[in-house]
Amino acid sequence: MTTRVGLVLVSHSRRLAEGVAELAAQMAPDVVVVAAGGDGDGGLGTDYATVTGAVVEADAGAGVVVLYDLGSARMVADMAAEDAEDRQVVVVDAPIVEGAVAAAVSAQGGAGLAVVAQAAVGAAPGAPNPAVRPSLRLVTNASRLDVVLTNEVGLHARPSALLARTVAELDADVVVRFGGEEADAKSVLALMGLGAPEGARIEVVASGKDADEALRRVEELAERGFDE
Amino acid sequence: MRAASQVLEEHRVELSTLDREIGDGDHGENMNRGFGALVTALERDAPDSPGGVLKLAATTLISKVGGAAGPLYGTAFLRAATAVKDAAELDADLVAKALRAALDGVVARGKAELGDKTMVDALLPAVRAAEEAAGRGEDVPTLLKAAAEAAAEGADSTVLLVARKGRASYLGERSVGHLDPGARSTSLLLRTFADVASGVR
Repeated sequence: MTTRVGLVLVSHSRRLAEGVAELAAQMAPDVVVVAAGGDGDGGLGTDYATVTGAVVEADAGAGVVVLYDLGSARMVADMAAEDAEDRQVVVVDAPIVEGAVAAAVSAQGGAGLAVVAQAAVGAAPGAPNPAVRPSLRLVTNASRLDVVLTNEVGLHARPSALLARTVAELDADVVVRFGGEEADAKSVLALMGLGAPEGARIEVVASGKDADEALRRVEELAERGFDE
Repeated sequence: MRAASQVLEEHRVELSTLDREIGDGDHGENMNRGFGALVTALERDAPDSPGGVLKLAATTLISKVGGAAGPLYGTAFLRAATAVKDAAELDADLVAKALRAALDGVVARGKAELGDKTMVDALLPAVRAAEEAAGRGEDVPTLLKAAAEAAAEGADSTVLLVARKGRASYLGERSVGHLDPGARSTSLLLRTFADVASGVR
């Protein structure tokens, strides 16, 4: 089984950290997402021991990405990373909710530490998102497929995560086109950014060794209405 | 450290009140808890070198103070411990070096500059005063007294400043008129160290 990058969420509030962890875990069932919230004593605050413990728990050997909410959470996260010695720990400056979701999906797909960290950072509102771009690229030797979204929410968060996960493990470059734009199908935020609603016809273009398998899986996913 | 713990206990309410005005109101409680735990740890197993005491202070404060002050003071004491190495006794040069290292640590950890209305506003003038005193060949009590006076002045200067770091920065202009609790606790600590060094406490 693949060793995946783990996530630690440092927040002043235990419930906030747990809520974000829950949300991220729904998108990425095989990723260890550890909430490190609160002062360790039932109150609001951040606690060094809680965070270092969470880093150990989250590390399966592929490293840990740490996200934080406010002020001292960053200092505690930085200290925990500096003191982690032989573990690979990256503290990222990213919005904790969007960043955690993006990082979790990236980690679920088996991405390495740097890529998972970048996924979190790229989730910042206004951050340049290289995964969404005007649909101008000419892909040669590509397979393509039109899919109609029959599920109620279209390419919303969970279906996007499911789609991204489905293609992430394949050796294929897959893009989804809608409304004159295209998104890297391995980026959940890019897929959501397309804003494809129920009934929309999206075009899936795949190239690479597993291109046909990617299209087959996406078609199957759409036929199942993304399991909704 | 015992004296510091006592002073923080005496000023617990004052620090929390200052913090309530522009922060989350727990600085006094947090510092009191941290230094209380440090005294307990020292009683259990006191290190035999100044560096050892500073290191124990660092690890205890990091885990017991919480908030931003825990990592900031923890880093300060840790860097100071590294600066004095295993010296059996601290002379004026070493004390000045330790203070400089502490300041560098706080700046690295908190990314604050002079004038941001933080403990740096107390610590930086204190370090400069300490280095000048060491340069003049003063002894440790005189050096710490100069540092404490500079820190107190620096802390007072935060009243007029707009907070640019920490929780108070969300208040912007409304933070003007309040003394920064972190600068105040830094100044209290240096005053205590000076008093102990000169035998007043």
